[in-house]
Formats: sequence, C-alpha cells, structure tokens
Amino acid sequence: MLTNDQLLHFYGRMVTIRAFEEKLSELFTTGLLGGTSHFCIGQEASAVGVVGASRATDWLVSNHRGHGHLLARGLDVSRVMAELLGRLTGYCGGRGGSQHLCSYSEHFLGTNGIVGGGLPIATGAAFALKYQKSSDIAIVFFGDGASNQGTFHESLNLAQLWQLPVLFVCENNFYGMSTPISKTIARADGASFEVPSGTSGVTGWVTPRAAAYGIRGTTADGRDVEAVYAAAEAAIGRIRAGGGPELLELMTYRLCGHSKSEPRVYRTREEEETMREHDGLAMLPARLAERGVPGETIEATAAAARAAVEEATQRALAAPYGGRADALGGVFEEMRQ
Amino acid sequence: MPEIYYSKAVNEALDEELSRDHNVVLIGEDIGKYGGAFGVTKGLWDKYGAERLWETPISENTITGIGVGAAMLGMRPVVEIMFMDFIALALDQLLNSASKLHYMYHGQVKVPMVLRTPGGAKGGYGPSHSQMLSSLLVGIPGLKVVAPSSAYQVKGMLKTAIRDDNPVVFIENKRLYPQKGFVPENDYTLPIDKAIVTSPGTDISVFCYSSMTPVCQAVKLALKPLGIDLEIVDLVSLQPLDRETIFASVRKTGKAIIVEEACLTGGVGAEVSALIAEHCLDSLEAPVMRVGAADTPIPSSLELEKFVLPQAEDIIQAVKRIRDYC
Ligand SMILES: Cc1ncc(C[n+]2csc(CCOP(=O)(O)OP(=O)(O)O)c2C)c(N)n1
Ligand SMILES: [Mg+2]
Repeated sequence: MLTNDQLLHFYGRMVTIRAFEEKLSELFTTGLLGGTSHFCIGQEASAVGVVGASRATDWLVSNHRGHGHLLARGLDVSRVMAELLGRLTGYCGGRGGSQHLCSYSEHFLGTNGIVGGGLPIATGAAFALKYQKSSDIAIVFFGDGASNQGTFHESLNLAQLWQLPVLFVCENNFYGMSTPISKTIARADGASFEVPSGTSGVTGWVTPRAAAYGIRGTTADGRDVEAVYAAAEAAIGRIRAGGGPELLELMTYRLCGHSKSEPRVYRTREEEETMREHDGLAMLPARLAERGVPGETIEATAAAARAAVEEATQRALAAPYGGRADALGGVFEEMRQ
Repeated sequence: MPEIYYSKAVNEALDEELSRDHNVVLIGEDIGKYGGAFGVTKGLWDKYGAERLWETPISENTITGIGVGAAMLGMRPVVEIMFMDFIALALDQLLNSASKLHYMYHGQVKVPMVLRTPGGAKGGYGPSHSQMLSSLLVGIPGLKVVAPSSAYQVKGMLKTAIRDDNPVVFIENKRLYPQKGFVPENDYTLPIDKAIVTSPGTDISVFCYSSMTPVCQAVKLALKPLGIDLEIVDLVSLQPLDRETIFASVRKTGKAIIVEEACLTGGVGAEVSALIAEHCLDSLEAPVMRVGAADTPIPSSLELEKFVLPQAEDIIQAVKRIRDYC
C-alpha cells in the first residue's frame, strides 16, 4: 500500500511524462523534431508503477515507447529533451534519439527501436547479475505485439531454464500499431476479443504464454498506478529472493496515435472516449483528495511538474548541435593498452 | 614448438582465457560435454563446468542478445554459432544491438563479446551449412571481423579478440579445423587488425584469408619453378581492412589478385579491389583480379561443390592472365 507521499510523488511523475509528450507534439508541429516518436499518453501508470517498485540499481530495458520508462526512472528531463532534439547535451549526444536512449549510470539500459529487441538484452543483463551474485534484477518493458517475436519466447524459455532475475513487463495496450491483439495473439482458451471498454478486470492475453514456460504470470490493471505498484512490488520481491523470472501483463491503453499524429483509422472515436473515462492520470487527483491530500498540494505538484518540463525544454532548445567529429567518431571503443 | 590442429588451437585459446579472466564465459549449443559440433570446446566442460560453459537451447538470436546484455554489464561472453549460415538467426542482435550500442549510446556502454562461428565448405555439408558469409558482415559498422587461417593465427588472435572491448565476429573455418600448424609454447597474442605478409614475393600480390590462405601458399610453391614469385598477404582482419599493408604490397608488385571463399559479387575482394583502384592506380600494371565462389548456393554433392568453390586452378588462371599483361 502506497503512502500519500508516495502516491503524490507518482502523480507528479505521471504529470511530467504527460507534459513532456504534449510538449513533444507541439515541437513536432514546429519542425524542430525529425523522424518519429511513440507517445505513451494514457500509459503513464504502468511505467511509473513498475519503476517505482524497482530500486535505483535495478537495470531497466525499454522499447520504442520509452519516454514513460525513462522519466519514471528520473532521468534528467532537459537531457532527454535535448537527445530528442538531436543536441550534443542529450544523453547520447543526439546519436540515439527517442528510440535509442540510454543512461548507463542510472542503470537505464536503453530504449530500443526493434520490437522485441530488448528481451534478449535484459535476459543477458540478468545473466550477468546472477553470475556476479548481485541482488539487482533486470526489468524489461515490451508490448503485446512484441510477444509474437521469437525473442519473447526464446528469452522466457532461457530465463526460466537458467533461473534468471528478470521481470518481463508486457504493456498490453490492445494494439500493435494498427493491429488488434485478436489478430495477432492465438489463444488456447478461445476467449474472444471485445472492443476494450476498460482495463480493470480484463483477461490477460500474454500471461497464458508465461505459463507455457513455467513462469509465474500476473495480469493487472495497467492504468491504476497503485495496482501496478502492488503487482510489481510483489513480483520484484520474489525475483530478488531468488524465485526466478516472472511476467507481469499490464492492461493499458494509449490515448494517442501509435506515433506522432497518426489518424487512428483502425479504431473508433467512441472506443477512445470510453477508454478516456478511466485515464490513469486523470483519476489520480480525486483519489488523492479522497485520501485527504489537500487540493492545493495536488495542484501544486502538477503545476511544478509542468513548469519543470517547460523550463527543461527551453534549456534543451538552447543547446548546441554536435559537429562532424561527433557524427563520425566513436564507432569502436578504444583499447586502453 | 608443438604442432597442433587449428581446432585445438581454438580450444587452447578458450582454455587460457577462461582461466585468465573470470568474466569470460562460453555460451552456445552443445558446447558442454559434447564439445561442440566440431569438438572445439572438448575438455573444457570437465575443467570449468556449468558455471563457465552455458549450454543453450537452439535460440541463436537470443543467445547473441544475451551475450550483448552480459557484455554491457562487464562480462566477456564468447558466443558460439554452430555453423556460419546460422548467423542469419542471430543477425538482428548482431546488427541492431552489438554493433550499434557503443556508438548510439555515445560511448556510455561497451560490448566486449566475441561471436565465434565456423564458415566455409568442408565437402558435402550442403547449402545451409557451407557458406562463407564474410561479406555479409563487413558492411556492418561497429563490428570487427577477423578470419584467421592457421593454428598459430587462430590461437593468438582469439585471445586478442576476447580481450578486445568491442564486438568481434571471429570466423573460423571447417576446412581448417583438421589442419595442423606450429604454435609457440608461451602465452602469446597476435593483433587482429593487421594483415600478415605470410610469404614475401616480387611479382604479384595475392590477398587471401581463412581457408584460401593455405591454397594460395600451395599455388605459390607450384608456380615457383615457372619463375613466378607470388607475394601472399593474409588479410586477417576483414573489417577494418589493413590498408597500409595492402597498399605497400601493391606498390611493390604492381599486380594484385584477391582470393576468397565467399561469393565473388559484393565480396571482400570487391572492396579490396576498389581500395587499390582508388589509392594505388599509379602503381598498377595490370587489372586487379578476383577469385571467389560462384554466385550460387553451395551444392551438397562433392562433385558439384568443386565447381562452385574457388580452386587452385582458378588462382593459377588469374595469375597467368595478368603475369604478362602490359
Ligand atoms: C522488428 C520490428 N518490426 C516492426 C517495427 C515497426 N513497429 C514499431 S512499433 C510497432 C508496434 C509494436 O506493438 P507493441 O509491441 O504492442 O507495442 P506498442 O507500440 O503497442 O507499445 C511496430 C510494428 C519495428 N520497429 N521493429
Ligand atoms: Mg501494443
């Protein structure tokens, strides 16, 4: 059970993530951002709940939709923004961008542009942690779509065989790009896909796959940060105690397009509106108030988070780009002889 | 100096690095008691056991990714891919993770892993177990690609590769495994970024690597009585190429042939040839020649295989074509 302070802190983090991405969409319209970017608007709770239940030395491996994960870990907002803007002061000097952003010192082992690409890396990190007899664990985020990659099955199988300390976190938002899970995930129990009307009490789609590998799987409401935290905390505790890998499937929903400003032809506006009624972020002020947190405190927390994003963005926008040498150097690690 | 098999030289390098550095682990299919498909890891299981040799399910992409993840956290994994053709299954982690992470994360991480794999045809293994896919790898920035040709080279270079802080694809060769060579008794290492003039000569530079080096050496001996003196240069490192050694040899002889077991089209030979054209045109006295495999998959039949793979006779034809060119 979270204390009021913890819940308020989580709320602040979730506002930061939302404000950060809203700022990003604004920047996209100005042409200052190149390429594309995947927003997690509506999915903030799964990132904040899981990362909140981890400790700072646990290793996080993220995917293409990673802003929530890295901001939940507490990475510097301005350096993240600078990275997305391609500036030298960004975490990776502008080389990585949104989908390839790493902060090794903060044990954030990178977002990943290859769907399913992070699972083996996290499994390998967990292998090293076990080999080094560390009490840290590895945590990897991936989507429902990624659970159809071979790497998902190979990694679960191997992690269970080798009893590795890794938590597989599937953020199931019902779609992989435009394709609903009913078209991508075969089920043994014949449960049918219904147009999602909520994320609470929903049957997991990826959880049954864990059972095939003898891995404990838990399904939780991914938009309820308290539910996420409780499920993650329990799983992480068991893994840290040497219980082997686990899978956590968090039912969630992105309230935005798959990337940038995509027209979402594959779902109805009605579906989106229904889902918006239980936005994991919007529900929090009421819950905090119910628990006796004063309204001014809640508002001040949100306002501070938004102001910090704004300020961080301005600093990032003022940062310099790298030059030719920054683009061409550093392909190989120089050997210290 | 003891004379040992190429495969044994690999084994000794692994053995010595396992005992030298606790962060070194071997990861691969059937590498334990069985000793690997070609017996390369024989005996290491009894000596080091399950704590250092990690036998895996048949999951090439994931075991490569495990190597990457473990390497980023300070280990030195040596991943074995049983046949080079199977790197197709590991290519995502090799191409999108191992090779890019150091650069794209701006030097925050390093990936000191070695991916060992035997390439090349040994006679009868057929289309999915015989290719030399070196040229597939040299176009991937961030990978070091090394292809040693003798017991001496393979032992000294594998040790260097394991100690290197970058991902190294270490191409062994099935045809070389049963060939013997002398290796020093002492603990030695060899650079993995330098070509080696294995046999100096004056008339034509012959650049080769892996299984083709012994073949070129034999051709050199065969042509000696005809008054043709070949300079055999083993490229060793395919990425990066040792340009200085290549250029120095061409400037001396004025003629060049590149010989490889990979397909001719888009091969390492094409790259070396282009470099020579760009940098040594003034020294060239004849067209640069390439000898490589035909652009076909490798057939299983022993009789058919030899039509596809480069033969000593093909090298001799190339030599004759440019010897008297003017
Ligand atoms: C190997 C690979 N295939 C396809 C893509 C293109 N792509 C990017 S995200 C995505 C959908 C992923 O769906 P899911 O795993 O459910 O994650 P979500 O986007 O829903 O968070 C696709 C197809 C990719 N980046 N990598
Ligand atoms: Mg999805």
